[in-house]
Amino acid sequence: MDAVFAPPGEHWQRVSPRLATVRRISLSVACGVPLLLVVVLAVLSGWTWAWLLVLPFVVALVWGWVLIGRQVPAWGYAEREDDLLISHGLLFKSLVVVPYGRMQFVDVQAGPLERRYGLATVQLHTASPATDARIPGLPHAEAARLRDRLAALGEARAAGL
Amino acid sequence: MTDRPDDLVPTDEPMPVHFRRLHPLTPLLRGWVWLVAAVAFGGQDAIREGEVVRLAIIAPVVAVVGFVAGLASWWFTRYGIDGGDLRIESGIVFRRSRRVRLDRLQAVDVVRPLAGRILGVSELRLEVAGGGSTEAPLAYLSADDALALRAELLARAAGIDAATPEAPERPILSVPFDHLVVSTLLSGTFVVGALLIVAMGVAAALLGPQEMAIGVLPLMLPGLIAVVGALYQQVVRNFGFTIAESPDGLRIRKGLLDTTAQTVPPGRVQGVAIHQPLLWRSRDWVQVKVDVAGYAGSPGGEVSTSILLPVGSPAAAIDLVGRALPGAEPLTVPLSPAPRAAMWFAPIAWRRLAVGVDGRVVVVREGLLHRALTVVPHAKTQSVRLHQGPLQRRLGLATAHVDTTPGPVDAVVRHRPALEAREFVLAQADRSRAARRADTPERWMLPSAARPDLTDAPVAPVSIARPGHVTEHAGQVDADSLDEPAEVPQPSRTEQLGRLPGPDEP
Repeated sequence: MDAVFAPPGEHWQRVSPRLATVRRISLSVACGVPLLLVVVLAVLSGWTWAWLLVLPFVVALVWGWVLIGRQVPAWGYAEREDDLLISHGLLFKSLVVVPYGRMQFVDVQAGPLERRYGLATVQLHTASPATDARIPGLPHAEAARLRDRLAALGEARAAGL
Repeated sequence: MTDRPDDLVPTDEPMPVHFRRLHPLTPLLRGWVWLVAAVAFGGQDAIREGEVVRLAIIAPVVAVVGFVAGLASWWFTRYGIDGGDLRIESGIVFRRSRRVRLDRLQAVDVVRPLAGRILGVSELRLEVAGGGSTEAPLAYLSADDALALRAELLARAAGIDAATPEAPERPILSVPFDHLVVSTLLSGTFVVGALLIVAMGVAAALLGPQEMAIGVLPLMLPGLIAVVGALYQQVVRNFGFTIAESPDGLRIRKGLLDTTAQTVPPGRVQGVAIHQPLLWRSRDWVQVKVDVAGYAGSPGGEVSTSILLPVGSPAAAIDLVGRALPGAEPLTVPLSPAPRAAMWFAPIAWRRLAVGVDGRVVVVREGLLHRALTVVPHAKTQSVRLHQGPLQRRLGLATAHVDTTPGPVDAVVRHRPALEAREFVLAQADRSRAARRADTPERWMLPSAARPDLTDAPVAPVSIARPGHVTEHAGQVDADSLDEPAEVPQPSRTEQLGRLPGPDEP
């Protein structure tokens, strides 16, 4: 972790490693289904060149698999006294600072797969749609704690627009 | 945000007796849209099939149905002030009750479409943040009612007595007609469109009539659209553009066919951008755009509502910026240019990239051909972001974003040295927090109001309990409880404050 995206204090709070599992499952579905179709097509047609079509999906699967393994540990957040910091990304790194007083509302979302693994995504919204403050892969208890804490802090520090 | 049960339970509340209906001509004004639609759609069929008689029957029927629906909707729509909020009750089958918190009012516009001007009615648009569109349009009111209601809403939003008459105003500037025309002729859209038309004209002359009809004329259309659009946007919409200052904020009037009178109260401007298209340089002209929460989703979009100055001199622009963002002096902010490494991303324009910060605002300069200067007050910063791509990492650069409410103003600090950008982002969060405490409160007329633009004006001697000693209203959970509660009991009617005189004394 370089100094530019270093945590402001001691260290980043990390998201659950189970997020990698969730993402790999969705990746496998997204790449695996078309891959199977292509394989079936190649076998049925008997055309050797058709096997070339398999390549992009295999590459995407392997590449995505490796990338997810590195991306998930790169998510981090830090609750400071007056603002929340979120950092993520490997190739394209980003760091978002959201003052609690600017928060308009907090979302907690969990898809079926995330729920299965006990995870949820917390997202903060400000009056600016550009604010990209999303923390995926939080265990349910942590997501609920964070939501309540953010809501309470947002109320205490609230300011007008 | 606030969980008010009345937002969720529309119909159970009794309708206060003082609630009023919209202007009786409303169904007529809205009904003609139905007639036009019927004629437009039915007319096509009629012409194609030669059944004009059917159209003659159907069109009036549709118009009558539309009129009756409009009549019913008009009958069931009422509005009024209820408990300090504006409440609008509407709907026949699906009842809707909407409350607009007046302290959260971002802007009030009085719009008069051409037909409305003929019939003497206006539409009142209340802009509040967070709405996808103009959330509280009152269409239509009689012209006098609209003005009276606007005065009342602004007085209540300011936190003074509701019966206070409309505040006086002092004109700042008006844009001459020839400036509008010439600035359009020099705008990129117009020039490109005109070139396209000329090119097609030349092609037509070379090709001969038959090819022209098939291939060239349709290609002229985009050019025509661009030219007419640019003229409409700048000359017709901004016709007679005047801007005035009053204790209620900035007032903008404009429009040739549909007229618009915008009022942006103090402290509602979220950011300002000064633009200079390439060809405007010959005349030394600039344009000023603003971010006001709620305008981005208003009908006609931010393009028409977010203009603070359609065309004018840099001095006038800087003067306006100082009024829109009191205390901001963007030209005196020392700018620090982007490092040389930025040339890998902007080979020529990197020399123009610069950022500066002072006690009140962030200033971002960019654009080599189309110059732009973006000014965002610390107090209006919603969040701050730092981004770095792989190439930027190799070069030790990063880009910072200062996020504001949606609109034409985006402060993007491109290609700074990475560690400096990080420092900027973290410091900006601190600056914004500090600045918010000193920012204009939502009820800008209350004594706690910091009104640097009116410090010369005599302050009416009023004794109101100091904000610090006042307990917060129940229900007003999102008042700024840290420093100065934005919610202070309204001065009672006996303490008639009266609108402060504007700064129009010499």
